[in-house]
Amino acid sequence: MTTYSTTGKTNWWKEPIESVELIWIGLVVVWGLIMTFMMPYWHVVGKQNLSNESYKTKPEVYLKKAEAMVSEHTVRTIGQQELPVVAPPVGSDVYLVARLWEWWPALELKKGQSYRLHLSSLDWQHGFSLQPENINLQIVPGYETVVTITPTTSGELSVVCNEYCGIGHHNMIGKIFVTE
Amino acid sequence: MATNNNFRTCPDTGLQFHRPAETLMKVNAVAGVVCMLIGGIMGLGVGLTRWPAVHFLPADAFYLALTSHGINILIFWLIFFEVAVLYFCSSTLLRCRLATPRWGWASFALMVIGAVMNNVAVLQGRSSVMMTSYAPMSADPMFYLGLILFAVGALIACFIFLGTLVIAKAEKTYEGSISLVTFGALTAAIIAIFTIASGAIILIPTFLWSIGYINSIDGLMYRVIWWAMGHSSQQINVAAHIAVWYAIVGVAFGAKPLSEKVSRFAFLLYILFLQLASAHHLLVDPGISSEWKIFNTSYAMYLAVMASMIHGLTVPGAMEAAQRKRGLNKGLFEWLRKAPWGNPTFSATILSLVIFGFLGGISGVMMGTEQLNLIIHNTLYVPGHFHATVAAGTTLAFMGLTYWLLPVLFRRKLILPGLAKWQPYLFGLGVTGMSLFMMAAGTLGVPRRHWDMSFSGAALQHDFPATAFTMMALNGMSAVLAVVGGGLFILLVVGSLLLGKKLGEDEKLPEAIIAEPVSDYHGIGIGRVSIPGTLTLALIFLTVFVLYYFVNWKYLGQTWGLS
Ligand code: HEM
Ligand SMILES: [Cu+2]
Ligand SMILES: [Cu+2]
Repeated sequence: MTTYSTTGKTNWWKEPIESVELIWIGLVVVWGLIMTFMMPYWHVVGKQNLSNESYKTKPEVYLKKAEAMVSEHTVRTIGQQELPVVAPPVGSDVYLVARLWEWWPALELKKGQSYRLHLSSLDWQHGFSLQPENINLQIVPGYETVVTITPTTSGELSVVCNEYCGIGHHNMIGKIFVTE
Repeated sequence: MATNNNFRTCPDTGLQFHRPAETLMKVNAVAGVVCMLIGGIMGLGVGLTRWPAVHFLPADAFYLALTSHGINILIFWLIFFEVAVLYFCSSTLLRCRLATPRWGWASFALMVIGAVMNNVAVLQGRSSVMMTSYAPMSADPMFYLGLILFAVGALIACFIFLGTLVIAKAEKTYEGSISLVTFGALTAAIIAIFTIASGAIILIPTFLWSIGYINSIDGLMYRVIWWAMGHSSQQINVAAHIAVWYAIVGVAFGAKPLSEKVSRFAFLLYILFLQLASAHHLLVDPGISSEWKIFNTSYAMYLAVMASMIHGLTVPGAMEAAQRKRGLNKGLFEWLRKAPWGNPTFSATILSLVIFGFLGGISGVMMGTEQLNLIIHNTLYVPGHFHATVAAGTTLAFMGLTYWLLPVLFRRKLILPGLAKWQPYLFGLGVTGMSLFMMAAGTLGVPRRHWDMSFSGAALQHDFPATAFTMMALNGMSAVLAVVGGGLFILLVVGSLLLGKKLGEDEKLPEAIIAEPVSDYHGIGIGRVSIPGTLTLALIFLTVFVLYYFVNWKYLGQTWGLS
């Protein structure tokens, strides 16, 4: 009886299993358990986990909070657009706005310090992609994500948009500066 | 059984074709190849645009081409062909008439209308929203309506498949249980029904929203339900191409499964567990808890991964066992060395299996790990992964089956067999290159669905490392290779259909295209291990898998702290 034949045996479920198959299934089950274990284990010992803290929000409400932060903590501007650079207090709530097609404002953070970074979009979905660290988060309008970030490198980093968001998608770059 | 002139028996294989079913298989397969052609041309445009030195298309054309590439090749090509596979696995393999061929034509008509409508919408330029069409970005209503009609057509085809199984059982056209291949197709059909239901739940409201009947669509809800469709539809592809693997080792080597129980159980695991794994598309989304993510990616996904790893052993295992039984029993790999490497049906299948497992499987499990997803989400790593699974895995397997079906179903001789020998290797090599280089670029942070990694018109700048640009150039070259390989396939198939020597109804081919079945697997292997070669390969696979998995935890451990 081949893999496709129409004259099948009716009692295939009574046939013994090949020993090689049993060995393999055993190995695969163990490996699956190890991988299952790794995720909760990393929540306990790893330093890169999402808190999954998030809220429903509205674009106007979210923008207000960001504007308040910008008017209080702007230290300078960059580029022709005069994008404000905000140096928020260590440990504070930092609001980054994603909108067509910019990340607003730019941030200046201190290495080794933690900040509560809030992310939301005012229009379509966007992708927060911090380069060259390569940390990637999905941003969905109407939802505000909060992650506590602790920079471990310094210098000028970029926030590239990596969720397609229309014709200006490839121009959507933001900046995070980290000082020693 | 129905009147006999409604059936024909293939002189080479002894398979019995129900004529109305046969015609439906042909039209669906041909429609699939047409969509593959459109999708492939778009793919070339996309691949060349992402080659920085070439940067072929302007931005708007690039996003249009990428939308069209994704939809035509992932949805239309694969599903048209899968409908043909479903009809083949029910009507032909069970020697049964197809339930309601008339509905088969209705299904086909809906699918064609849907595909044309969607293509027209995309080509008009107002629907460059990618195949995922994430709300609240919106497309032309025709875009959604086209997809909905296509899905309804596919759903009808699934029910015709089920109906045919019922008739076959009632009319006792087969003995015992349905064969393993048909069982695999049944798995695909059941998953397809679930998938299309999820698709309806999300696409119908989105369509109503696009014409103004509904005020808003929640972006997160859209993602959760869209991926219930988007992920499970990949499971249809996997179940279908694994059924094709089993069919091909059956016809090429006369192989029987090592143990039916294990292989069938593995198919069953797909039905039971893969639906929930759509979670792995949402691992860095807001509003979803870690508990939910971990539960769905571990419990649900690893059992389905286990199923694929079982098939990954049992398919080459069955081939090895059959080859050994035929006398190629020396050493670890005589059975593999002396395999018919020049037969495109075989070479396409084995390449599909190896690339799917080593590149697609390992990278997929890595990405599907809750925290590891942080370092690759939405980068080019993702297309790198799924070209290994759907372009190499599913498409190559379907190509292999097509070569075999040319004489059997279409009654045509393959033209240019000397070129056909090389086609699977060309396409396989191209896709492997694309897969590896896109994964490498993704690891360096290069985003997917992105027109210009040098950000030439942007207000602020970012410089990707020079290696990332090199990777994208290599990707572009591999894309050209893949397009040459894919184009050659279309040329060979269309050429054979139009110009290949016609085979009379009872005309036998000079060479056998179906192997004598092996009776049993006694007395093969080394010592007590019946398939030592496959076991060795499987252990190498597992070692690579484990190493790669932990290397990525190490990468993750080096990034900024997140909590
Ligand atoms: C002919 C050879 C092919 C070439 C040159 C090619 C090229 C590409 C490239 C470069 C991308 C990524 C672009 C980006 O994200 O910026 C892409 C995306 C994609 N490809 Fe292919 N591809 C080929 C074959 C296939 C096949 C056979 C399939 C499926 C059966 C496939 C399915 C997809 C899908 C689903 C996407 C994602 C579209 C999206 O992001 O919405 N490709 N292709
Ligand atoms: Cu964006
Ligand atoms: Cu974007």
